[in-house]
Amino acid sequence: MVLEVLFALIKIVIVWGTVSLLVAYMTYFERKLIGHMQVRLGPMRVGPHGLLQPIADGLKLFLKEDIIPREADKAVFILAPLFALIPAFVVYSVIPISSGFVIANLNIGLLFVVGVSSLGIFGIVMAGWASGSKYSMLGGFRSAAQMISYEIFLGFALVGPLMLAGSLNMLDIVEAQKETWFIVYQPLAFVLFFIAGLAETNRIPFDLPEAETELVAGFHTEYSGMKFAFFFLAEYANMMVVCSIAAVVFFGGYLGPGAPGAHWFILKVFIGMFFMMWLRATLPRLRYDQLMGLGWKLMFPLALANIFLTGLLMYLV
Amino acid sequence: MEWPFFIIFGLGMLISSLLVITRRNVVHAALYLLLTLFCAAALYVMLEAEFLAAIQVLIYAGAIMMLYVFVIMLINVRESMAERQWQRQKVAAGVIGALLAAEFFVILIKGIWVPSAKTAEAAKAALNAYGGNTEAFGVTLYTEFLFPFEVVSLLLLAAMIGAIVIAKREI
Repeated sequence: MVLEVLFALIKIVIVWGTVSLLVAYMTYFERKLIGHMQVRLGPMRVGPHGLLQPIADGLKLFLKEDIIPREADKAVFILAPLFALIPAFVVYSVIPISSGFVIANLNIGLLFVVGVSSLGIFGIVMAGWASGSKYSMLGGFRSAAQMISYEIFLGFALVGPLMLAGSLNMLDIVEAQKETWFIVYQPLAFVLFFIAGLAETNRIPFDLPEAETELVAGFHTEYSGMKFAFFFLAEYANMMVVCSIAAVVFFGGYLGPGAPGAHWFILKVFIGMFFMMWLRATLPRLRYDQLMGLGWKLMFPLALANIFLTGLLMYLV
Repeated sequence: MEWPFFIIFGLGMLISSLLVITRRNVVHAALYLLLTLFCAAALYVMLEAEFLAAIQVLIYAGAIMMLYVFVIMLINVRESMAERQWQRQKVAAGVIGALLAAEFFVILIKGIWVPSAKTAEAAKAALNAYGGNTEAFGVTLYTEFLFPFEVVSLLLLAAMIGAIVIAKREI
């Protein structure tokens, strides 16, 4: 009993440490990638080829002055970054990194993921409201409305593979892909899931809520220092969560052509992140009404149609 | 083994629900309600109803509370917080509250002390026949309770249409 708890704690520390480090280095990876795609070099000064850039950034944000505006609601202002960052880490407790390594093998793994991700939106709304400034509030509400809408499509897109796997348990979903990955059977669901994931994490082309040219910096205008670092890291952590869920549900998780193992999972997550950053370097952003129109008028009917078709084909075949 | 967790989540739920009704700042009250719903989800997990716990977090805490918080943050609460509260019905409220509490107490006593270990095991066996909480929900919702399910979805549709009609300026 005590041994189980100890093992769980060790796994938690490993996953939390790795994810934190990876999230910090994803910022570096993105700057390098976007730099090279724009025919420039990206960070080069701090350390060899700028490898120590995230550490320098972290130190800078840590040592910066922590400003709390006079009109701000102090308790909620301080709590909001936590609400944004913690759900991303909590979701990692149910993702199977390899067949033996999952912190909590819940019966309701996939539902847990969607449910906990929906709590990240609270951080944004709280941050927008608690800052006490109109720009932040507007940015917060826009962002929250976008995230709520696309979270629905995220859930609906996941129902297709769920029907194929027959279980909400993440390990069962991976094992159900032993023959063929679900991407072969559910390409539409994957496209919908990926787009919804991009909108969930406020990434380009859906990042109007934090558009610098319109709302200063949206809901995190008034944040400085470590709290801003939390929001920043929360965006990348959520990106990694979306890529991890896509890897597990559509691309077979830790299964691969050779022996199944954690390296396949990590490879798939990195490919997903690379694709997300590639999109950032390439696409312009959607206007807010285009964004909501795309979601409700196009993606929602498509998601429902996908569920209907999957059910029909499962019944006939 | 469950007792420490039950005490933590039970006490947490009681304290945060008391805080919901005593806070001056409405947004704080909404956030304490969120904490209450979390503790409720934890208690569901301890009762082996994990699907219900996940749905509680997903829908009640994630969606419904989000709407509450939206509305609270959009209306200007500072004016209403500065107003004087109308408290002339304190005595009547106290009496009715005590009556309701007594009624709850009587119902709970009648409900809790009746089941024995046998009925608890029978309930567990019935659950395992389905294969778990999620499967039990799915099967019974779409076979035994199909008609109430459709009626509820029609009710929700009516509520949505009503809200849109009221809020739209011209149709």
